Amino acid sequence: MSVLEMTDVRKVYRSGDIDIVALDHATLQVEHGEIVALLGPSGSGKTTLLSIAGGLLTPTEGTVVVNGNDITDHDAKELTGFRRENIGFVFQSVNLVPFLNAEENLLVVDELGGGKGDKAAKARARGLLDELGLGHRAKNMPAQLSGGERQRVAIGRALFNNPKLVLFDEPTSALDTKIGAQVMELIHSEMKARDTAAIIVTHDRRMTEYADRTVEIVDGRLGAAGLQTAAH
Amino acid sequence: MSITLPLRELRRNPNRFLVATIVLAFLTTLLLFLGGLLDGLYLGSTGAIRAQKADAIVYSASARDSFLRSRITPDIRADVEALDGVSEVGGIGFVLLGAQVPGESDLADVAVAGYELAPKGVPAPPADGLGVADSRLQDQGVSKGDTILVGPAETPITITGWVDDTGYLLQGSVWVNLTTWRAVQNANRPDSAVADGVVQALVVRGAPAAGSSLSFTAGLDAATDGATKSLTVADAVLALPGVKQQKDTFNQIIYTTLFVVLAVVGLFFSLLTLERIGLYGVLKAIGATTRRLFLGVLVQAIIVAVIAFAIGSGMAIAAAAALPASLPLQLIPSRFVFTFSGLLVAAILGSAISLRRVTKVEPASAIGTTS
Ligand SMILES: Nc1ncnc2c1ncn2[C@@H]1O[C@H](COP(=O)(O)OP(=O)(O)OP(=O)(O)O)[C@@H](O)[C@H]1O
Ligand SMILES: [Mg+2]
Repeated sequence: MSVLEMTDVRKVYRSGDIDIVALDHATLQVEHGEIVALLGPSGSGKTTLLSIAGGLLTPTEGTVVVNGNDITDHDAKELTGFRRENIGFVFQSVNLVPFLNAEENLLVVDELGGGKGDKAAKARARGLLDELGLGHRAKNMPAQLSGGERQRVAIGRALFNNPKLVLFDEPTSALDTKIGAQVMELIHSEMKARDTAAIIVTHDRRMTEYADRTVEIVDGRLGAAGLQTAAH
Repeated sequence: MSITLPLRELRRNPNRFLVATIVLAFLTTLLLFLGGLLDGLYLGSTGAIRAQKADAIVYSASARDSFLRSRITPDIRADVEALDGVSEVGGIGFVLLGAQVPGESDLADVAVAGYELAPKGVPAPPADGLGVADSRLQDQGVSKGDTILVGPAETPITITGWVDDTGYLLQGSVWVNLTTWRAVQNANRPDSAVADGVVQALVVRGAPAAGSSLSFTAGLDAATDGATKSLTVADAVLALPGVKQQKDTFNQIIYTTLFVVLAVVGLFFSLLTLERIGLYGVLKAIGATTRRLFLGVLVQAIIVAVIAFAIGSGMAIAAAAALPASLPLQLIPSRFVFTFSGLLVAAILGSAISLRRVTKVEPASAIGTTS
């Protein structure tokens, strides 16, 4: 079963009197455990596509099915619950809670899901941080971490709920090349180890080597690769 | 619903809330001070009337609700006593004078109060020349057993005991029988001397006569053919000179100050919310509801208000202790309850101003925005 099926998705932004077509008849399918790189120039609609796939925005036309849930017609409240339970997000800019340490930033996910940050949740947060090479930084505040370390904490947060799909919006654009490559390496191994699907937005062609498949987007239209699945 | 996040922020970043807490603490002190002055003025002015166990206070019609201007003659008293439904009637009279206290160089301010029906806490009228004093006179050096010399005529009254909360126009009452009161009045205020049997007003207990359509007070005034004007105890309290004006003025200042509290909380938390828009976007993206985020603001506003109240109360109590006793400041529990409630309501309404802003944060704002 596909983790994501977007069919004929169109997204139009209204800006004053003019309509901006950010996505046009975009059809994309992502399989279980598959890593897809979404490559395109600035303004091509990458973020828009990612937002619709993750239930942050609703499409103007078309359908979106994630893990077998059709979220096309979900209202804002349903989408909030959907995101909490099904999607991991890693954003471009630093977005950790500044007054929580690394471990607590992971536990936010548990708390939002109604958890009480019990022993099991803490052990899980510790385990994830260890895996991400941050075991010794668990009690550090975001301001005490480097950019790469912060992004690794954000990856831990995205993985905390065991989502079937993790969405990355330019996860390395704020990092230098060497650290960026390390983070991509880590993303790749983590996704593969958990058999979790991912879409990684980038405008840097070098990053596509960490993906199973690359989909190009230009002016809101996906290249033909959107339909096919490359061999792993 | 968990509130770990807002509590953690308060604990980790207390400095962020420091200024608001300090401002609210000072406003709390101000509120308690204003309220304490109002309560002190009110309680000190009205005790002698509030203590009356009466269903009506009867003044002469021309007195415009003032004891000092009022005179009730024996025949009017007889009319009142004859009315159906009236069970007990007692005369009452006040005279405000300075008194020499043994061992004190300053005169004490006393209200010599003559009575027949004992008010709350006051024993039955004592023998001639004896008086039961309000405990506020202790601050002016009066002791039990002292014989104070009242007024220019230096009429002696010997203090035999104490009662609480029976002040009259901020003077300590000395409760005496009507004979002693008349003696004091006539010796020291010869221009407004009272004849035997005459009192200033009547304290009346009873209920409207069966079948009467009039209220008890209206029935009394009808029975005297309009020679009297009767008030309930609550109305008699407000009719005391200045009491209603004081109350209205202070309450206006107090409510204005509460409005300032509301503005401070509202402004502070809406600025804080503005700073947090980015964070709220991320939290919404990963599954936080508007409800949860707003609850966080509310919880923080309430905690800041509670801490500010605690600090402000401490400051008010310390300041009250340091101030001279002559200031009519009285900090009573109900004033703390009122101020605390006012602060809580202001905190809740003030943080509600941020609700719209929290609601408007789009989860999609978390993504794709370059910082
Ligand atoms: N909220 C919005 N309102 C109006 N227009 C928008 C909005 N968001 C995006 N757009 C427009 O839609 C188009 C696609 O934007 P999108 O952010 O998806 O591009 P992108 O590929 O992520 O670009 P970048 O690489 O710069 O992040 C752009 O023309 C953009 O200006
Ligand atoms: Mg983008």
